[in-house]
Amino acid sequence: MPIAEQDVKWVQEPKLGLFGQLYLPLVMDGLTTTISHMFQKKVTEQYPEQEPKLPANYRGVHRLNRDHDGHVKCVACYMCATACPAHCIDIVAAPAPVGWTDREKYPETFVIDELRCIYCGMCEEACPVDAIELTTLYDLTGLSREQMIFDKEKLLSVFDMTTKAGTDPVRTQAGKLGPASEAPPQK
Amino acid sequence: MPEFNLLYTGLLIAGVIAFTQGFVAYLILAERKVAAWVQDRLGPNRVGPFGLLQPIADGGKLFLKEEVIPSHVDKIFFVLAPIVAFSTALLALAVVPVGTTVAPPGPQETLAAFNETQAEYASHFSMVIVPGLDIGILYSFAIGSLAVYGVILAGWSANNKYSLLGSLRSSAQIISYEIPLGMSVVGVLLFAGSMNLETIIAWQAKHGWNLFYQPLAFLLFMTSVYAECNRLPFDLPEAEQELVGGYHTEYSSSMKLGLMLMAEYIHMITTSFLMSILFWGGWSLFGVEDLVTDPIGSAVLKTAILGGKMTAFVGLYLLVRWTIPRFRFDQLMTLAWKVMMPLALLHLVAALIVRQFNLPLVSLTGMSLALFVGAGFIAARSGGPNNLPRRPAKHAVRETVGV
Repeated sequence: MPIAEQDVKWVQEPKLGLFGQLYLPLVMDGLTTTISHMFQKKVTEQYPEQEPKLPANYRGVHRLNRDHDGHVKCVACYMCATACPAHCIDIVAAPAPVGWTDREKYPETFVIDELRCIYCGMCEEACPVDAIELTTLYDLTGLSREQMIFDKEKLLSVFDMTTKAGTDPVRTQAGKLGPASEAPPQK
Repeated sequence: MPEFNLLYTGLLIAGVIAFTQGFVAYLILAERKVAAWVQDRLGPNRVGPFGLLQPIADGGKLFLKEEVIPSHVDKIFFVLAPIVAFSTALLALAVVPVGTTVAPPGPQETLAAFNETQAEYASHFSMVIVPGLDIGILYSFAIGSLAVYGVILAGWSANNKYSLLGSLRSSAQIISYEIPLGMSVVGVLLFAGSMNLETIIAWQAKHGWNLFYQPLAFLLFMTSVYAECNRLPFDLPEAEQELVGGYHTEYSSSMKLGLMLMAEYIHMITTSFLMSILFWGGWSLFGVEDLVTDPIGSAVLKTAILGGKMTAFVGLYLLVRWTIPRFRFDQLMTLAWKVMMPLALLHLVAALIVRQFNLPLVSLTGMSLALFVGAGFIAARSGGPNNLPRRPAKHAVRETVGV
């Protein structure tokens, strides 16, 4: 929408008096500002030596959370893959293995293409069981495109790594699955 | 002209060139550092301690990069432009004293006396590549004006409208600012009675710095010199935001670009020397220079004083760059033609009056300051420049909107 004329506020330049028209006082004023900034505390972060402090809601590399049994929390509901605007999540669901009593399905494979991902965090919001989370890992590098395609094991290892390092403690109800998961039907 | 020792002159040429190159290299680092500090950053600090080896890395990069000559350029002039820019910048340093000097003797009654004074002059060591050159400052200005050919050739040969615009701006700007630059110096020359920079220093050492007698002339000279060096706030020839890179857009970051940039920094050094010599007394510092009587010690001290003044002016260049925003082109021209030129002319008349009627030099200080304040008063009374962008009045806006 173009800006309407009445919304435009014209700011009249203030008229300079004798003091301003002599230029030098104002130039001196400017120089004082410049020089005072020269000796102020610097804001630069010395990156490789000094790690940045990222807020907990930073959206970095994904991880797949584990429940208290150490199993992947994911119930293969495809909500994240559906919500994903970049279509970077690929899940193959399978019936839950014997002994996983709290769910019907589990992801046989769970692949995220970290190069396609736009790190919007929609998958995390969509997940009904808090299985997928974005961590504060920001320095993601790889030597090839293949290396940047993270499978289930890699995503679980990100969980192990970040929880062990303490950078990203488990934020959601650990170990408990939400209402989206149901026990397998009794035969 | 007395005869000079070829060896000394050769050594001095080598020394001055080596000093300038090294100084320019570290000037570029200083520029980046000051820029960073002013913006609350740290600046380059990865190569060597505090980034002190950065110039070597930069220079090595420039030397090793491929010399790209785009297919659409005029090859001869494209290659010639950096050479012209760089060599004229270096040539201008030839008459500028870089350290201790002795004033050349004036005319004598008899030939014997003349030969004697000349021989005595030749026995002293002056840190000027061409000592005793009577056209001194004139030569420096002439060569300095030639430097614009480097810019114009670069802009013209590049066959690129941005480069051409940059070089056109440069030529217009330099023509405009040469006039106040030259006129502000005439007052100094009148009193020293010579265009020789060594004589001017000697005059100031005896009578006091020109800064105190002609503060307005110094201000005009400094402003013009900023414009001559294409430094902010007058860096329109290469205004990055408007003209990509200005006249050196087509130069890839190879040694040709390096020469162009070095030429600009050498101009900064030359003009800083000129400001110190013409207005700030050269190597004199309120008698401090006479504290050491030993000839070698005294020479070192005087060279250090002059070098310190020059470095201070170069530092001011770097600071002003981050203080005053760039002028618009019409503002730039208004400043030169409507403000600085009349002021320089009036100041010259004031200097002529003082010289003609042998008034005390302090009266020139008064006239100089009166001119400055008077100009400010006129500007304040007239309500400032009338070239502000036109804004629609409120009622006009209402009419167009139909409110």
